[in-house]
Formats: sequence, C-alpha cells, structure tokens
Amino acid sequence: MKRIYVNEKWCLGCHLCEYECAFANSGLTDMVKALKGKVIHPKIRVEDGEEVHFAVNCRHCSDPICVHSCIAGALSQGADGVVGIDTDKCVGCLTCVLVCPYGAIMPAADGHVAQKCMLCIDNVCGEPNCVKYCLNNAIVYEERD
Amino acid sequence: MKYVIIGNGTAAIAAAESIRARDGRGEIVMIADEPYHTYGRPLISYYLLGKTDAERMKYRADDFYSENGIETLFGKRAVKLDPEKKEIVLADGERIGYDRLLLATGSRPFDPPMEGIERVSHRFHFMTFADALALEKELSPEKRVLIVGAGLIGLKCLEGIADRVASVSVIDMADRILPSVLDAYGAGIVQRELEKRATFYLKDSVATFEKDRAYLKSGKQVAFDVLVVAVGVRPNVELLKEAGGAVSRGILTDDGQRTTLQDVYAAGDCTESYDVTAGSNKILALLPNAQFQGACAGTNMAGGDAHFTNAVPMNAIGFFGSHILTAGSYVGETYEEKSERTYKKLFYADGKLKGFILVNMPERAGIYTSLLRNAVPLTEVDFEALKREPGLMAFSASYRAEKLAGAAASGAREE
Repeated sequence: MKRIYVNEKWCLGCHLCEYECAFANSGLTDMVKALKGKVIHPKIRVEDGEEVHFAVNCRHCSDPICVHSCIAGALSQGADGVVGIDTDKCVGCLTCVLVCPYGAIMPAADGHVAQKCMLCIDNVCGEPNCVKYCLNNAIVYEERD
Repeated sequence: MKYVIIGNGTAAIAAAESIRARDGRGEIVMIADEPYHTYGRPLISYYLLGKTDAERMKYRADDFYSENGIETLFGKRAVKLDPEKKEIVLADGERIGYDRLLLATGSRPFDPPMEGIERVSHRFHFMTFADALALEKELSPEKRVLIVGAGLIGLKCLEGIADRVASVSVIDMADRILPSVLDAYGAGIVQRELEKRATFYLKDSVATFEKDRAYLKSGKQVAFDVLVVAVGVRPNVELLKEAGGAVSRGILTDDGQRTTLQDVYAAGDCTESYDVTAGSNKILALLPNAQFQGACAGTNMAGGDAHFTNAVPMNAIGFFGSHILTAGSYVGETYEEKSERTYKKLFYADGKLKGFILVNMPERAGIYTSLLRNAVPLTEVDFEALKREPGLMAFSASYRAEKLAGAAASGAREE
C-alpha cells in the first residue's frame, strides 16, 4: 500500500505539516478561519531535537496492534490496508493510545474519542495534505512494499 | 477440518478470524451461552453512561458470522468436554464433534461468602450485557446504590450509573481504590475525582447484610436499594479441568495456546499468561490480551506456527474525563513526576522498563508499552529523555529509519 515515509535529514522542523493536517481535517475551506487563533490538534506531530527533526503519524502497520486492542471494534483495517477509526463506535478509552508503539494515535480535540491519520481519505483532500505541502519532501507518500 | 470454538467474546472472534485467514473451507462452529451478537464486554459501563448503545457495541459487523462461514450455536451452554471422542456435550445433551477445539470460556464473577447476602433481593454483578440490562431496570433518580469492590469493574459501574441514581457508595477492603493498578498517590488523584460522585468506605468490608442495609466491620452502616457485587472474577476452567487438562488458577497453555489435551486450545480470560515484565504466570483478564491469544490460537489451529511471547498487564481506564493508563509490573527503581491532577511513575530494573502508571497524561504512552512488551534494553535508547517525554527521538536513527522511513524490506510492522 501507499504509505507516508519520513526523510528526517530533509525535515526543517517547520511544523507546516501539522497545520496542513489540522486544516485538512477542519472541514473548512478558509485556512485563516480554520487555524488562526486556534489550538490545533493535528494527527501528525513533529519531534524536534537539537539537530534532528522528523514527523510522525500513523504507520498503517500491516499487523496493527491498535486494531487488535480496540475494546469497541472501532478501529479496523480496510482491504486497502488503511487503519481507520469509526468515531461513532469509539468510547474514548484510549487503549489504542496505550499500545501504539509510535505514539501516533491520540485523544481528539473534544477528548471523547481517539483520532488518527487516515491518509486524508476521510476528508476532502483524498491524499495526504501534509505530504502535499511539505516544502522539502521530508515526508513522501509512496508505494514501497 | 472442523473447528469448534466455545465462546463468542474477543478471544473467540480473533481465533475465528485467524482460522479463516488460513483456511477458507474448514467448518467453524461457535458455541456460547450468551444469546447476543459478539459485543465489547468492557462497553457495558459506556452503555449505561449513554456513550454507546446495543447497535454500536457490536464488536464485529452484523454479517460477521455469515461472511466468515461460521455456524453459531448461541444461547447454548457447553457442559462437558470428551477428549477421547473429541466431542463437546451441550446442556441439552447434543454432542458436537471437533477436530480442533478452542476454549474461550472467559471468566465469571466471584461471589465471596458474605453474611446475609441472601436477604438482599436487588443484587447484581457487572460482567455481561445481560447484567447491565438488568441493573439498568433498577436505576432511577431516587435509588441508592452500594457497590462492593473498588476495582476496575466496580468503578466502571460507578461511572456508568452515577448520574442516573441518587447516590453511590463503594466499599473495598483495600486501603485505596484500584489497588491492582494504582499506587497510593495515583489512587488518591482518581479518588478525589470520584468522591464528587460517590462515598468511599476503604479498609472496610461488610459484616452482615440486611435487606436494604449493610453493616460494616468498622461499625458504619450503609443504606441502599440496589447492591452490585464486583469483588473479582474467576476463570471458567471447568470444561478442561474435568476432562483432565492442566489447570493452575487458569488454564495452562504453551506459547501457541495449546492446552495439555491433544487438539484443544485455550485463549482469553480463562487462561494464564506468562507476564514478561514479572517473569511469572498470571491471569491477564484484559481485552487486548484475549485478542492476542485468540489470534495466536486460531493460526495454530489452522496449521500455522504462531507464538505469543510478550504478554503484559495493561489497562486504559477513564472516569468522567480522567484517564489512567498503566502497564507492566511495579518493580525496581522508579522515576516520578507529580502534580495535583497528573502523575507519571516509571519502573525499571535489569536495564529494562518494567512498568508505568500515567494519570491524566496519556500522550504517546504506547512508546513506553512497546519498550516493556518487547523488553528493549534501555542501553539502546536515550532513557533519560524518554523518562521526561515518550518520543521516537530517544531511539536510534537506524530504528527510525526502519520504522518511519521504510528501510526494512518488510515495511511497517508494529514491532
């Protein structure tokens, strides 16, 4: 399947991917209205070291421990390999947060359910908006396996 | 090949899925005494809370059994296992033959002897959907509820009912709430939150019950209309034990979930697991563990070669917006961060992370869980950085190259 891969040597740590993620999932078409003055809750996060920066989001594992651990059957893996969350079924217990080895699933803004990257197939973008706007190709969306 | 699965919970479903992934043709029969479509057991408190409903509680889609070619015998109880004839006997006398059998029989509430308990007419357990439905009928704004047991089940019940009744009281012999998953400081934070909704009687127990009153050993009295007994669970091991299979506290299996009886496997709350953080066998009656075991059993039943070797205790529990995430064993040296409402405590020994408690700081906890499940040597990571904040920066560049940049040929995997 196509996955997001990280080229950490190219990452400037600009955090633009986080803003593009929040925008893509805001349901709004005006970036200023969507983001200005708001605390964002992106599904991708940039880790910053002294020299090293890199973005982390859901790896869409081939053997996803979050799906296996979900107490509600709210997480599932589609035939396309995408690990998705049904927020209608999610009760916000955070078992998925407890098991994800990448720390790539987190409580949603309202705190009542979990949220995770679904490669923008769950919003109007259709393809990862974080990758589209990454200035330096520090994240790419590719078929490798 | 005919596969028979006793149970319809997480371990049973995971096993059926794993069998089907390898064997599209074999016959699969699932037998369960509960008459429901598979549902997430831990969701019953969320049901009472109004956060889910019978439809959304379904653990798998409506067409799960038909899509997977599974014959269901629900509402039927298996009462005997005959390993010689390779048959299961149901309560109505029907005999079901098997080539491979999975026991995913779960656990049942433990009822300690309590004087006068028979005088209490409105008393309930809190394990099954049927329990939740029965309890729900008793809930109304004037009712006083007494819960015996301040463990996971008792307190999730409290959360589910608190806003639907007049008052809730909770009694436990331990000196703190959630004694099996929290230490005193962590329990204190959670208890202060819960005391807005309930009255706690700790280091205390019921000396005797009258119909609507509990007389405690301390001399206190608690009047109630509805009693919930949630003092613990016992694994359902009888089918295997009476057939001569090896049982300690739970059913004993190898790391492929095979019992000591030929072609009989076991998974879920009825079994013991080898806790890698404690180095000893435990009953880990936890949903993720049931899934891991069930998937392993199913693979092996269908001729595969799976091993489940990294069981650990882990709990994610929320109460009224608070989140408690814990895993592993509380042994060795510790690292702590405390505030009024948050708490982090890490436990490490022998150069490995052994356990953790996180109260109201759930962010990226899975990075800690992964370290202890996989017994990662702490020399391979920047543990000082990880103590303060779980992140992948503390791992080697080669680890990140493999996990994030696809350097490994196998692609992204969870471990």
